[in-house]
Amino acid sequence: MIRLAIALVAGSIFGAGLAYSGMSDPARVQGFLDLFGNWDPTLAFVMGGAIIPMAIAWLIQRRIEKPFADAHFSLPGTKNIDRKLAIGAVLFGAGWGISGLCPGPGLADLAINPLPALAFVVAMLAGMVVHRVTN
Amino acid sequence: MLAAFPHAMPIEGVIGGLMIGIAAALMLLGLGRIAGVSGLAARATGIADSGAPRSIAVAFVVGLPLGALLVSLATGGVETRFPPTVIPMILGGLLVGFGTRLGSGCTSGHGVCGMSRLSRRSLTATAIFMASGFITVALMRFGGLL
Repeated sequence: MIRLAIALVAGSIFGAGLAYSGMSDPARVQGFLDLFGNWDPTLAFVMGGAIIPMAIAWLIQRRIEKPFADAHFSLPGTKNIDRKLAIGAVLFGAGWGISGLCPGPGLADLAINPLPALAFVVAMLAGMVVHRVTN
Repeated sequence: MLAAFPHAMPIEGVIGGLMIGIAAALMLLGLGRIAGVSGLAARATGIADSGAPRSIAVAFVVGLPLGALLVSLATGGVETRFPPTVIPMILGGLLVGFGTRLGSGCTSGHGVCGMSRLSRRSLTATAIFMASGFITVALMRFGGLL
Protein backbone atom coordinates (compact mmCIF):
# COMPACT_ATOMS: atom_id res chain seq x y z
CA MET A 1 0.00 0.00 0.00
CA ILE A 2 2.79 2.41 0.93
CA ARG A 3 4.56 1.50 -2.32
CA LEU A 4 1.48 2.28 -4.39
CA ALA A 5 1.13 5.60 -2.58
CA ILE A 6 4.78 6.48 -3.27
CA ALA A 7 4.37 5.65 -6.98
CA LEU A 8 1.15 7.68 -7.21
CA VAL A 9 2.70 10.67 -5.43
CA ALA A 10 5.86 10.45 -7.57
CA GLY A 11 3.78 10.25 -10.76
CA SER A 12 1.68 13.21 -9.62
CA ILE A 13 4.71 15.38 -8.78
CA PHE A 14 6.22 14.37 -12.11
CA GLY A 15 3.04 15.30 -14.01
CA ALA A 16 2.71 18.54 -12.06
CA GLY A 17 6.31 19.43 -12.92
CA LEU A 18 5.69 18.76 -16.60
CA ALA A 19 2.60 20.97 -16.61
CA TYR A 20 4.17 23.75 -14.54
CA SER A 21 7.34 23.90 -16.65
CA GLY A 22 5.44 24.20 -19.92
CA MET A 23 6.59 20.78 -21.10
CA SER A 24 3.01 19.58 -21.53
CA ASP A 25 2.70 22.17 -24.33
CA PRO A 26 3.69 20.44 -27.60
CA ALA A 27 4.42 23.76 -29.33
CA ARG A 28 6.90 24.75 -26.59
CA VAL A 29 8.77 21.44 -26.81
CA GLN A 30 8.79 21.64 -30.60
CA GLY A 31 10.02 25.22 -30.18
CA PHE A 32 13.08 23.89 -28.31
CA LEU A 33 13.79 21.50 -31.17
CA ASP A 34 13.24 24.25 -33.76
CA LEU A 35 16.78 25.64 -34.00
CA PHE A 36 16.03 27.51 -37.23
CA GLY A 37 12.78 29.03 -36.01
CA ASN A 38 11.70 30.98 -32.95
CA TRP A 39 13.91 28.94 -30.61
CA ASP A 40 12.56 28.35 -27.09
CA PRO A 41 15.25 27.33 -24.55
CA THR A 42 12.79 26.40 -21.76
CA LEU A 43 13.34 22.64 -22.10
CA ALA A 44 17.04 23.05 -21.27
CA PHE A 45 16.09 24.71 -17.95
CA VAL A 46 13.68 21.88 -17.18
CA MET A 47 16.32 19.24 -17.92
CA GLY A 48 18.88 21.11 -15.81
CA GLY A 49 16.42 21.48 -12.93
CA ALA A 50 15.48 17.80 -13.06
CA ILE A 51 19.04 16.52 -13.13
CA ILE A 52 20.07 18.33 -9.91
CA PRO A 53 17.88 16.41 -7.40
CA MET A 54 18.38 13.22 -9.37
CA ALA A 55 22.19 13.52 -9.27
CA ILE A 56 21.96 13.97 -5.49
CA ALA A 57 19.65 10.94 -5.34
CA TRP A 58 22.27 8.81 -7.13
CA LEU A 59 24.90 9.91 -4.59
CA ILE A 60 22.57 8.84 -1.76
CA GLN A 61 21.71 5.62 -3.58
CA ARG A 62 25.36 4.55 -3.56
CA ARG A 63 25.49 4.91 0.22
CA ILE A 64 22.38 2.95 1.18
CA GLU A 65 21.80 -0.79 0.91
CA LYS A 66 18.17 -0.74 -0.08
CA PRO A 67 15.44 1.76 -0.92
CA PHE A 68 13.27 3.08 1.92
CA ALA A 69 10.11 1.21 0.94
CA ASP A 70 11.30 -1.81 -1.01
CA ALA A 71 13.52 -4.84 -0.53
CA HIS A 72 16.21 -3.96 -3.07
CA PHE A 73 17.19 -1.70 -5.92
CA SER A 74 15.98 -2.86 -9.36
CA LEU A 75 18.15 -0.82 -11.69
CA PRO A 76 19.12 -1.31 -15.33
CA GLY A 77 22.55 -2.87 -15.58
CA THR A 78 22.88 -2.92 -19.36
CA LYS A 79 26.06 -1.16 -20.41
CA ASN A 80 26.44 -1.93 -24.10
CA ILE A 81 25.70 0.68 -26.71
CA ASP A 82 24.24 -1.20 -29.64
CA ARG A 83 22.26 -0.69 -32.83
CA LYS A 84 18.93 -1.13 -31.05
CA LEU A 85 19.70 1.75 -28.69
CA ALA A 86 20.80 3.99 -31.55
CA ILE A 87 17.97 3.18 -33.96
CA GLY A 88 15.38 3.37 -31.18
CA ALA A 89 16.67 6.80 -30.17
CA VAL A 90 16.60 8.03 -33.80
CA LEU A 91 12.97 6.91 -34.21
CA PHE A 92 11.92 8.29 -30.83
CA GLY A 93 13.56 11.63 -31.60
CA ALA A 94 11.76 11.83 -34.93
CA GLY A 95 8.38 11.12 -33.31
CA TRP A 96 9.18 13.63 -30.56
CA GLY A 97 9.91 16.30 -33.16
CA ILE A 98 6.84 15.53 -35.27
CA SER A 99 4.39 15.61 -32.33
CA GLY A 100 6.17 17.80 -29.76
CA LEU A 101 5.41 15.08 -27.23
CA CYS A 102 7.30 12.35 -25.42
CA PRO A 103 5.57 9.73 -23.25
CA GLY A 104 5.32 11.76 -20.00
CA PRO A 105 3.70 14.89 -21.46
CA GLY A 106 1.48 12.75 -23.70
CA LEU A 107 0.04 11.00 -20.63
CA ALA A 108 -0.12 14.20 -18.55
CA ASP A 109 -2.04 15.98 -21.31
CA LEU A 110 -4.85 13.42 -21.06
CA ALA A 111 -6.10 15.59 -18.18
CA ILE A 112 -5.58 18.95 -19.90
CA ASN A 113 -6.38 18.44 -23.57
CA PRO A 114 -7.83 14.93 -23.74
CA LEU A 115 -8.67 14.41 -27.42
CA PRO A 116 -5.37 15.12 -29.17
CA ALA A 117 -3.48 13.62 -26.21
CA LEU A 118 -5.53 10.45 -26.49
CA ALA A 119 -4.69 10.16 -30.20
CA PHE A 120 -0.99 10.40 -29.29
CA VAL A 121 -1.20 7.94 -26.39
CA VAL A 122 -3.17 5.34 -28.38
CA ALA A 123 -0.69 5.61 -31.27
CA MET A 124 2.23 5.38 -28.80
CA LEU A 125 0.83 2.22 -27.23
CA ALA A 126 0.22 0.80 -30.72
CA GLY A 127 3.87 1.51 -31.55
CA MET A 128 4.90 -0.32 -28.37
CA VAL A 129 2.73 -3.29 -29.35
CA VAL A 130 4.33 -3.34 -32.83
CA HIS A 131 7.75 -3.46 -31.15
CA ARG A 132 6.64 -6.28 -28.88
CA VAL A 133 5.20 -8.34 -31.77
CA THR A 134 8.21 -7.82 -34.03
CA ASN A 135 11.00 -8.31 -31.47
CA MET B 1 20.80 36.51 -22.80
CA LEU B 2 17.22 35.41 -22.28
CA ALA B 3 15.95 38.78 -23.44
CA ALA B 4 16.45 37.34 -26.92
CA PHE B 5 13.81 34.69 -26.12
CA PRO B 6 10.84 36.56 -24.63
CA HIS B 7 8.61 33.48 -24.85
CA ALA B 8 10.96 31.35 -22.72
CA MET B 9 9.91 30.35 -19.19
CA PRO B 10 13.26 29.79 -17.44
CA ILE B 11 11.96 30.15 -13.87
CA GLU B 12 8.93 27.92 -14.37
CA GLY B 13 11.22 25.57 -16.27
CA VAL B 14 13.70 25.21 -13.41
CA ILE B 15 10.94 24.87 -10.77
CA GLY B 16 9.03 22.30 -12.85
CA GLY B 17 12.30 20.54 -13.61
CA LEU B 18 13.13 20.32 -9.90
CA MET B 19 9.69 18.76 -9.32
CA ILE B 20 10.38 16.20 -12.04
CA GLY B 21 13.78 15.43 -10.51
CA ILE B 22 12.32 15.13 -7.01
CA ALA B 23 9.67 12.73 -8.34
CA ALA B 24 12.36 10.62 -10.02
CA ALA B 25 14.44 10.71 -6.80
CA LEU B 26 11.40 9.50 -4.85
CA MET B 27 11.04 6.53 -7.21
CA LEU B 28 14.76 5.72 -6.91
CA LEU B 29 15.22 6.11 -3.16
CA GLY B 30 11.72 4.98 -2.16
CA LEU B 31 11.09 2.08 -4.53
CA GLY B 32 14.53 1.43 -5.99
CA ARG B 33 13.35 2.05 -9.52
CA ILE B 34 13.98 4.30 -12.49
CA ALA B 35 11.16 6.76 -13.26
CA GLY B 36 11.19 5.94 -16.96
CA VAL B 37 7.79 6.86 -18.32
CA SER B 38 7.94 4.77 -21.52
CA GLY B 39 8.88 1.63 -19.59
CA LEU B 40 6.29 2.25 -16.87
CA ALA B 41 3.58 2.93 -19.49
CA ALA B 42 4.43 -0.32 -21.28
CA ARG B 43 4.37 -2.16 -17.96
CA ALA B 44 1.11 -0.53 -16.79
CA THR B 45 -0.70 -1.55 -19.98
CA GLY B 46 0.73 -5.07 -19.94
CA ILE B 47 2.67 -4.49 -23.17
CA ALA B 48 5.88 -5.27 -21.25
CA ASP B 49 6.08 -8.39 -19.08
CA SER B 50 9.10 -7.45 -17.01
CA GLY B 51 9.98 -4.40 -14.97
CA ALA B 52 8.18 -2.81 -12.06
CA PRO B 53 5.20 -4.58 -10.45
CA ARG B 54 2.20 -3.72 -12.58
CA SER B 55 0.33 -1.98 -9.73
CA ILE B 56 3.32 0.33 -9.14
CA ALA B 57 3.49 1.18 -12.85
CA VAL B 58 -0.26 1.87 -13.00
CA ALA B 59 -0.11 4.11 -9.93
CA PHE B 60 2.75 6.18 -11.40
CA VAL B 61 1.10 6.49 -14.82
CA VAL B 62 -2.23 7.53 -13.28
CA GLY B 63 -0.36 10.16 -11.27
CA LEU B 64 0.93 11.94 -14.40
CA PRO B 65 -2.42 13.36 -15.60
CA LEU B 66 -3.53 13.79 -11.98
CA GLY B 67 -0.59 16.07 -11.20
CA ALA B 68 -1.04 17.97 -14.45
CA LEU B 69 -4.73 18.45 -13.63
CA LEU B 70 -3.89 19.82 -10.17
CA VAL B 71 -1.50 22.37 -11.69
CA SER B 72 -4.09 23.30 -14.28
CA LEU B 73 -6.73 23.87 -11.58
CA ALA B 74 -4.33 25.74 -9.28
CA THR B 75 -2.99 28.07 -11.97
CA GLY B 76 -6.20 28.67 -13.89
CA GLY B 77 -5.23 26.54 -16.88
CA VAL B 78 -2.15 25.16 -18.60
CA GLU B 79 -1.46 26.13 -22.18
CA THR B 80 -1.27 23.18 -24.60
CA ARG B 81 -0.88 24.13 -28.25
CA PHE B 82 -1.42 21.03 -30.35
CA PRO B 83 -1.00 20.83 -34.14
CA PRO B 84 -4.19 21.60 -36.10
CA THR B 85 -4.61 18.03 -37.35
CA VAL B 86 -4.34 14.67 -35.61
CA ILE B 87 -1.87 13.28 -38.16
CA PRO B 88 1.31 14.43 -36.30
CA MET B 89 -0.09 12.91 -33.11
CA ILE B 90 -0.64 9.53 -34.74
CA LEU B 91 2.63 9.44 -36.70
CA GLY B 92 4.62 10.88 -33.80
CA GLY B 93 2.94 8.57 -31.29
CA LEU B 94 3.76 5.45 -33.33
CA LEU B 95 7.42 6.45 -33.64
CA VAL B 96 7.67 7.42 -29.95
CA GLY B 97 6.11 4.12 -28.84
CA PHE B 98 8.23 1.89 -31.10
CA GLY B 99 11.42 3.92 -30.67
CA THR B 100 11.32 4.13 -26.87
CA ARG B 101 10.84 0.37 -26.57
CA LEU B 102 13.62 -0.40 -29.05
CA GLY B 103 15.93 2.15 -27.44
CA SER B 104 14.92 1.18 -23.86
CA GLY B 105 13.86 4.63 -22.72
CA CYS B 106 12.81 8.19 -23.34
CA THR B 107 13.42 11.69 -22.02
CA SER B 108 12.77 10.62 -18.43
CA GLY B 109 14.58 7.27 -18.25
CA HIS B 110 17.61 8.11 -20.40
CA GLY B 111 17.45 11.90 -20.19
CA VAL B 112 16.76 12.63 -16.50
CA CYS B 113 17.61 9.38 -14.68
CA GLY B 114 20.38 8.01 -16.92
CA MET B 115 22.25 11.24 -17.59
CA SER B 116 22.29 12.16 -13.89
CA ARG B 117 23.80 8.68 -13.26
CA LEU B 118 26.42 9.47 -15.93
CA SER B 119 25.39 6.29 -17.75
CA ARG B 120 27.25 6.22 -21.07
CA ARG B 121 24.36 4.31 -22.61
CA SER B 122 21.84 6.98 -21.57
CA LEU B 123 24.15 9.85 -22.54
CA THR B 124 24.46 8.27 -26.00
CA ALA B 125 20.71 7.68 -26.34
CA THR B 126 19.92 11.23 -25.22
CA ALA B 127 22.44 12.75 -27.64
CA ILE B 128 20.94 10.71 -30.48
CA PHE B 129 17.27 11.43 -29.78
CA MET B 130 18.00 15.12 -29.26
CA ALA B 131 19.90 15.27 -32.57
CA SER B 132 17.12 13.33 -34.27
CA GLY B 133 14.53 15.74 -32.88
CA PHE B 134 16.52 18.79 -34.02
CA ILE B 135 16.97 17.34 -37.52
CA THR B 136 13.32 16.25 -37.80
CA VAL B 137 12.00 19.69 -36.86
CA ALA B 138 14.52 21.38 -39.17
CA LEU B 139 13.29 19.18 -42.04
CA MET B 140 9.70 20.05 -41.13
CA ARG B 141 10.57 23.76 -41.09
CA PHE B 142 12.33 23.72 -44.44
CA GLY B 143 9.62 21.45 -45.87
CA GLY B 144 6.99 24.03 -44.98
CA LEU B 145 5.34 21.82 -42.35
CA LEU B 146 5.72 24.24 -39.45
